[in-house]
Amino acid sequence: MDMLTVKNLGISFGGLHAVDSFNITIKKGELYGLIGPNGAGKTTVFNLLTGVYKPDVGQIFLEGENITGFSTIEINKAGIARTFQNIRLFKNMSVLDNVKCGLHNRYRYSTLSGIFRLPSYFKTEKIMNEQAYEILEVFGLEDEANTLSSNLPYGKQRKLEIARALATNPKLLLLDEPAAGMNPAETEELMSTISLIRKQYGVTILLIEHDMKLVAGICEKIFVLNFGIELANGLPQDVLNNPEVIKAYLGE
Amino acid sequence: MTETWRKLSKSTRINTITVGIIILIYVLCQIMISAGMMSYLMKGLLMQFCYYGILAVSLNLTVGILGELSLGHAGFMCIGAFTSAFFSKYMVDIIKNTFLRFSLAIIIGAVSAAVFGVIIGVVVLRVRGDYLAIVTLAFGEIVKNVINALHIGFDSRGFHIALEAGKLELLEGGRMIIDGSQGIIGTPRDSTFTIGVIFLILTYIIIANLINSRSGRAIMAIRDNRIAAESVGIDITKFKILAFTISATLAGVAGVIYSHNITTLESSKFGYNMSIMILVFVVLGGIGNIRGSMIAAVILTLLPEYLRFLKNYRMLIYAVVLIVMMIFNWSPACINWRKEHSIKGAVCRLTKKISKTKKEA
Repeated sequence: MDMLTVKNLGISFGGLHAVDSFNITIKKGELYGLIGPNGAGKTTVFNLLTGVYKPDVGQIFLEGENITGFSTIEINKAGIARTFQNIRLFKNMSVLDNVKCGLHNRYRYSTLSGIFRLPSYFKTEKIMNEQAYEILEVFGLEDEANTLSSNLPYGKQRKLEIARALATNPKLLLLDEPAAGMNPAETEELMSTISLIRKQYGVTILLIEHDMKLVAGICEKIFVLNFGIELANGLPQDVLNNPEVIKAYLGE
Repeated sequence: MTETWRKLSKSTRINTITVGIIILIYVLCQIMISAGMMSYLMKGLLMQFCYYGILAVSLNLTVGILGELSLGHAGFMCIGAFTSAFFSKYMVDIIKNTFLRFSLAIIIGAVSAAVFGVIIGVVVLRVRGDYLAIVTLAFGEIVKNVINALHIGFDSRGFHIALEAGKLELLEGGRMIIDGSQGIIGTPRDSTFTIGVIFLILTYIIIANLINSRSGRAIMAIRDNRIAAESVGIDITKFKILAFTISATLAGVAGVIYSHNITTLESSKFGYNMSIMILVFVVLGGIGNIRGSMIAAVILTLLPEYLRFLKNYRMLIYAVVLIVMMIFNWSPACINWRKEHSIKGAVCRLTKKISKTKKEA
């Protein structure tokens, strides 16, 4: 079954075709890699998929539902969550509260019952805490639950961002350079965490990455973007040995 | 007892202690008043502590928790004060029960401030930062000046509204309620220190509980990172308006308490200066620190009164003291110095020393 189908997606900024006729089909449970040289338009694709930018042309389907033109909030509710290239945590909030923000739309109670501490507040908060701790344990962050998120070391901040995205219970998870700035040991750990969350939550993942070891190691399919246009698309061994791809990355 | 105390979350314990301290201070004040130990000046200030405390705590919701700079907080207070005073003055002969009349006045003041909070909130969503500060500043000034020009009276034919004095043409036996720049004179003095303290505690509990709830987290998430908040499905529009409205409503309540404690309610009091003063309470008490806001409100209300002996130099010295306090509170060097010389630190060092000597022995 197809999780995400993108047809002929395109956007221009002024005269620049940032993304042009972008087509991709991601099957349920797949781990897809999106690679390309700097400025190829990878993050723009993410911004189009999450509604930050509205596409000029093309359509996006999530499990057959047309979500083109939805707002960021509606897209998140439909089932797409993301992380950011430059970490965007809620810096002045605790690690636990960051994850609980991810649970915002899954467990609700009214503002009034929050202010006046009605029974629904205690009941829902208890479930939220349990859920949040469960997610934090997957990422090994449970001991730092009450730490201010900005005080976490860099690698853990990246993990927390994934944890927060996962808390929204997405069908499709978009990871924007999850291993950026990590040392080889941290990258190794991240790879095993990603495998674990796939198994545990059955989530489909599309990730942008420059670390070829990570991409070749865990991605089942790879899409190569260059100057906003598809360069190659397919299995890792085919794509990474494609002379066009090598040319785009290393030059002639 | 200690068992249940320990089971409570940290924030609940802090809030309980804070409310306890407020009640303790209230009881002390009452004892001093009945023993005749309170000066006339201090008695007058007690009320100010309450409504400035409420204003500072409620503004902290906008500035500290939502992270938007508002310079029009006095405007909301002004709306609450005038609508409720208008009601009370009109109803003074109709509803004789003070409790009922004042309860209705509080509701009317709070609701009308809330309505303006929503209206301004919608406008304010489109601007941020410096621009928001300018919009709210303009709002405060508009409210002040409109009420300054407003003349409302009533007679047997009903209500009359005019923007110029003398154009009301009231019949014989008619009564003036709002008289332009002279404002409302003779509002029944229904609010007392006790009521003020009750609403101060209520305001504190509302804001403290809000922060530790789903909506509060959403508001803080918007402050910390708008784009990330949207990405996890938090409705920015809804929660910004919510925070702004709650803040405005509580300012309106402060206005009600203020207007029912003075003889002459003038709109000129709710100007730019007052908004800035409330902001100073918030900044000095610590942005996002609601207990600090209350403490700062009390200290900075007391200070100018105790500096009266300086006569012409009063406001000059006041400004200097403000700067010194700001440095003492927030400069990193001073924070370190305070940590080294605090009672808590001294106790910690002492216990460490004792355990060390015990080990050596």
